[in-house]
Amino acid sequence: MAYNTFVLICGGTACESSKSDEMYKLLQKEIFDNNLKNDVQVVKTGCFGFCEQGPIIKILPDNTFYVKVTPDDIKEIVQEHLVKGRTVERLEYKPSEDKGRVKIEDIEFYQKQFRIVLRNCGVIDPENINEYIARDGYLALEKVIFQMTPDDIINELKISGLRGRGGAGFPTWMKWNLTKKENADQKYVVCNADEGDPGAYMDRSTLEGDPHSVLEAMAICGKAIGASRGFIYIRAEYPLAITRLEIAIKQAKELGLLGDNILGSDFSFDIEIRLGAGAFVCGEETALLRSIEGSRGMPTPRPPFPSVKGLWEKPTCINNVETWANVPVIINKGGAWFSKIGTENSKGTKVFALTGKINNSGLIEVPMGTTLREIIYDIGGGIINNKKFKAAQSGGPSGGVIPEQYLDTPIDYNNLTAIGSMMGSGGLIVMDEDDCIVDVVKFYLQFTVDESCGKCAPCRIGGKQLLSILDDISAGNATEQSIKNLKAISIAMNNASLCGLGQTASNPVMSTLKYFEDEYLEHINGKKCSAGKCKSLMTFTIVADKCIGCTACARKCPANAIIGTVKQVHVIDQSKCIKCGACVTACKFDAVIKG
Amino acid sequence: MTETMIKIKINETELEVPAGTSILDAAKQAGIKIPTLCYHEDLLPTASCGLCIVKIKGMNKKVRACATAAENGQEIITHDSELYNIRKIVLELILSNHPNECLTCQRNGNCELQTLAKEFGIREQVFKPQLKPKNIDKSTTSLILDRQKCISCGRCVQVCQNVQDVWALEFIGRGFNTNIAPAGDLELNESPCVKCGQCSAHCPVGAIVEKDEVDKVWEGLNDTTKHAVVQFAPAVRVAFGEGFKLESGEIVTNKIYSLLKKFGFKAVFDTNFSADLTIMEEGSEFVDKFLNNPASLPLITSCCPGWVDYLEKYYPCCIEHFSTAKSPQQMLSALAKTYYAEKNGIDPKDIFMVSVMPCTAKKYEISRDENMSASGIQDTDVVITTRELVRMTKSSGIIFDALPEGKADSILGEYTGAGTIFGVTGGVMEAAIRSAYYLITKEELSDINITPVRGLKGVKEAEIDIKGTKVRVAVAHGLSNVKKVMNKIKEAKAKGEETPWHFIEVMACVGGCVGGGGQPYGVTNTIRNKRTEGIYTDDKQSKARCSHHNPMVQKVYEEYLDHPNSHKAHDLLHTSYTHRPVYLK
Repeated sequence: MAYNTFVLICGGTACESSKSDEMYKLLQKEIFDNNLKNDVQVVKTGCFGFCEQGPIIKILPDNTFYVKVTPDDIKEIVQEHLVKGRTVERLEYKPSEDKGRVKIEDIEFYQKQFRIVLRNCGVIDPENINEYIARDGYLALEKVIFQMTPDDIINELKISGLRGRGGAGFPTWMKWNLTKKENADQKYVVCNADEGDPGAYMDRSTLEGDPHSVLEAMAICGKAIGASRGFIYIRAEYPLAITRLEIAIKQAKELGLLGDNILGSDFSFDIEIRLGAGAFVCGEETALLRSIEGSRGMPTPRPPFPSVKGLWEKPTCINNVETWANVPVIINKGGAWFSKIGTENSKGTKVFALTGKINNSGLIEVPMGTTLREIIYDIGGGIINNKKFKAAQSGGPSGGVIPEQYLDTPIDYNNLTAIGSMMGSGGLIVMDEDDCIVDVVKFYLQFTVDESCGKCAPCRIGGKQLLSILDDISAGNATEQSIKNLKAISIAMNNASLCGLGQTASNPVMSTLKYFEDEYLEHINGKKCSAGKCKSLMTFTIVADKCIGCTACARKCPANAIIGTVKQVHVIDQSKCIKCGACVTACKFDAVIKG
Repeated sequence: MTETMIKIKINETELEVPAGTSILDAAKQAGIKIPTLCYHEDLLPTASCGLCIVKIKGMNKKVRACATAAENGQEIITHDSELYNIRKIVLELILSNHPNECLTCQRNGNCELQTLAKEFGIREQVFKPQLKPKNIDKSTTSLILDRQKCISCGRCVQVCQNVQDVWALEFIGRGFNTNIAPAGDLELNESPCVKCGQCSAHCPVGAIVEKDEVDKVWEGLNDTTKHAVVQFAPAVRVAFGEGFKLESGEIVTNKIYSLLKKFGFKAVFDTNFSADLTIMEEGSEFVDKFLNNPASLPLITSCCPGWVDYLEKYYPCCIEHFSTAKSPQQMLSALAKTYYAEKNGIDPKDIFMVSVMPCTAKKYEISRDENMSASGIQDTDVVITTRELVRMTKSSGIIFDALPEGKADSILGEYTGAGTIFGVTGGVMEAAIRSAYYLITKEELSDINITPVRGLKGVKEAEIDIKGTKVRVAVAHGLSNVKKVMNKIKEAKAKGEETPWHFIEVMACVGGCVGGGGQPYGVTNTIRNKRTEGIYTDDKQSKARCSHHNPMVQKVYEEYLDHPNSHKAHDLLHTSYTHRPVYLK
C-alpha cells in the first residue's frame, strides 16, 4: 500500500494557535469519509517559515501551496483538490493584490533561502522518527560511531568552519576540542534551547519541526568528546517543542539510537530534558548550567569555562539548538561542502526570525553573506504599506540597529559586529519611518532591565539608569548631559558587567546614538518626536481653516480639553490635553493635526 | 609538593606568584590595591560589583581580578584612566541605588561603600536616585536587615549558605528588584536563621546590622532604682582594642574592667568565670556519662546559641546528646540574680544585667525560653556586641587608651586560663579535657596544652588517653563543618553503630567566638589567628589554667550550689531543648 498524495499541514506553534490542529483532525475525517485513506496521507509537519501566511497546507506531489487556511476551507480542499483534482485557487498564495496567484516554486519568500537547519521543517512529521531516518537521519551518528575517531569528527567541524549560532559565534570545533582534551570521569553535552529574545523563535521551530536533528548532533558530540549524558535545557513556555522532544527521545531509545550501546556499539549516550522557568539570563551558559544544577540562574565568572568546569564542575560542551542542527549535515555531506556556503569568516547559513514592519514576516534561512536588502525586500517582500525603511534590529536586545546605509552589507558575524550590532541568535526586527528610535530602545532596555539576573551592579543598576534617562528624553525632561550619561553608563556596563547580558544590554543605546543621535537631539533640544511615538512631546492642534465647528472632537475628548461651540472654530487647551489622539480620529475634516 | 610558580607583569612590575593566584592577590603582592566591594577573603568571589576589573594585554574583555587566576606570561594593567572612569561610573551607579543616609547609618565611618566614595572623590549624585522600596526586617531580636541599603554584593548569601550552611538568606526577585531576604520573602524569624550574625560581620554596608541596644544600656545605667552589673565574654578582650586602632589580639581585659566601672556599673563580672563554671557542670556531665552511661554518648557542647538554634532546627534527632549546661552568659546572669543578689541583699528585680558579647545570637539567647529566667525574671537584660561597646565607649567621652588597668569584682570575676580559651574553637574542648582528666583520675594532666584541637582547621579530631581509656573527641566550627560531623553521628545512629566520637565541641562561627558575628568589622583568617593568639597568651599568663582550680568557682559551690550537677545547679545552670521548625511558615 502506498500513498499517492501527501497533505502537509503546519504544526508549528503559530499555525497551531490558528487552529491547524483542528484542521489536521478535520482533514483526516474528510479523507476517511471520502474513502481516500489509502491514497492520501496527512502529515503534521514543523514550521514552513512563512508564518505571515499561516496556517499553511502543502499538497504533494503537485506542490500546491495553500495559505491562510481556516477550518471552513478543509471540506473544499478535500472535495476539490483531493477528490476532483482541482486546485482551490482562492487559497493559493498571492504575493500582492495586483499580482496573480503563484506556485510554490515562484514564491520569492523561498527563492533566496537555503535550508540546512530547517531542512526537515515543513517536510517531515516530527513525531515520527522513521520520517527523519528516511531523510538520512541518524546516518551521521552511525558514521561517527563506526567510521570516525573523535579527532576525525572534530576535524570535520573544523573544516566546516561552523561557528556557534547562539550569539557570540565561537568556533564550534574549538569548543568540542577543549572539552575533549579535559580528563574527567564524567563529561556532559548540553543543548541550550533557552531562546528568549523578543520576537525570536528559530530554535523553537527547529525543535518543533525536527527534534531528531538535535538529538543526533548531541550524540555525535558525546562520541567526539567522550560524554555519555546530555541535557536539553528548554524553557517551559515551549510546550509543543518539549512534547516533540520527549516523543523523539522515546522513539530514538526504542530504536537503539540513544541509550546504552547505540547501534550495538560500545558507545552509550542518553539525553534528559530540563525545563527552565523562562528567565532570559538562563540562555547565558553559566547561568543555564547553574539552573540545571538546581540553583538560581545567575552567571558565574568565566574562566573557568564550561569546557573545563561546567555542569557539576565537570567538562561540559554546550551549544545552541541551531548549531546542533547543522552538525549531522556537516558529518554527512562533509565539512568542505559546508564551508563553501557563506562568507570568509562565517560559513553555512543563518536562520532569522524576520518580524516587525515587514510584509512577509516569518522564519527564514539564508546563506551567510546575504545582504539585509535581499532579506527585507526580496524574501521579506518589503516594508508594510511601502513605508520608508528606517533600521533593522539584529541580535535582539543585545544587538544594535542597522541603518539604511548598511542595507547592502553582507550579513556575517564580523560585518555585523563592525557596524555595531551582532548576529545574536537571529532575531531580525524591521522598523520603518513611523518608529521612534528612543521608543524602540526603551522597549529593549525595559526587557533587559526586567531580565537582568540582578547579580552584578553595572547591569542591575546601569540598565535601570539608562531606561530612566531614556524616559526623561521621551518626556522632554532631558538635557545634552543626558546623552553623555547614556554613553558613560553604556561604556561602564559593557566593560564591567559579569556576563553577556549586561555587557551587551547597552548595545541598542550605543548603536542608535551612533546612527541616530540627531533623533535623540530632536527629542532633547527640539522637544519633538517626529515619529509621533513619544506622547509627552506631541501636541495636538486644530487648523482653523479646516475646522467647521462640528463639535465631534470636543464630544470625543475624554479630558474636556477642546473648547468651542457649534459652527465655531475649536481650540485645544494644551494644559488639559492628555494626548490620546481621540480628536484626530473623530475629525472628519483632517482639521486636527499632531506634531 | 612544590608550588608551580608563574611569572607575570602587573603595571610594569614583574613578579612571580604561585600558579592559581588570583590577579587581586598577585597585585597585592606587587603593592597594588585594586578596589573591591563584593570580594571578601573568607568567601569565594561572587564577582558581582564589577569594581575590580583589570586589563590583560591581548585580551579583548576586561576581567575581574577577584575571580580570575593570573596566568604565566600575562601582562596586567590594574590602573589607568579608562579603568578609573569605568570604576567611578560603576561606583556612582551603586550610589544611585543606595540611600543617602550615611549620617544616620550604623555603619557611618565604617562602611566600605562610603570609603570607596571618599577615595574616588565622588562629590555629587550624578545619576538620579533609583532606590528599592524601604523594607526593614526587625523580626529577630538580633539582627536588622534593611533591604533598601543592600547593594546585592552577595557576601551575606555566601556566608549564610556556604560557610554556615544555614540557607536563611537568598537572592529573591529579579533584575532591578533583586533583593536579599529569606526564601519566599519571609522575615528572618520565620526563616532558618540562627542569628549567628556572620551576615552582619561580612556586609560591606549597613544593610544587615546587629540590633543596636546601646541606648537600653545607658537607660539602665541611668536608672537610679537599678543596680546595674555587667559581664563580658572571653573573645571580647582580644578584639575590642581594634575599635581603638590597637592590634588584633591585644589583650585589653583590665582596661575593659575600668571602662565598665566608669560607665557606672556597680559590679563588673567576667564571663570567663562562668566559663570555668560551665566546665565544672558540662565536664561533670561528660564524666558521668562516660563512666556510667557510655551508650548515651556523644556529648555535644551547647554554649553557642547559634549552634543551639541550628541543632534544634536541623538535628532534632541529636537533642538527647546535647549538654544541658547553659552557656557561660546565662550561667553568670542566673547567678548574678540569685547568688549575688542574695549575698548583697538586692532584690533580683532591681538588678540590671548587661552582657557584652562577640555574638549577635546571644541577643536571641536571653529570651529563647523560660529556662533563661532561672532567677524568676529574665536573667540577662541586655546584650550588646563588641561593636556596640566600641560605639558606646566612643560616645561616652572616655579615652580608652588613657584608662588605668582595672579589676573585676571578686567571686563572679575571677577566671582561669581554661575559661578564657572558651573564646576560640577547640577551647571548650581543651578546657573540658583539662578538668575531665582530673575528675576521672583525680590526677592532673602532665601537659595541659591539647594542641590537636587548636587552630582553624574546620574539623579537628583527637584521641585523649585517660589512664588507658581512649576518649575520642571532635571539634567543629563554621556550621558547614559542623554539618559534616553531625551527619556522621546521624549515620552511625541510624545504623545502630557506635558514634565516631565521645565528646564534640561546636562553635557556629569560623574560629569560634573570636570570629563571632558581633566582633569588629573586617575579620579575616589573619585577624582570627591574631585574636586566637591573644586568647592563648591570656591562658598561658593565667595563674591557674584549669577550671577546677578556680577558687571562686569552688567558693560558689561551697556557698551556694553544693556540687556540680546538684539539684540547685540544675535549676539555675541547666536547660532543655526542643525541636524547632526550620521555617515558621
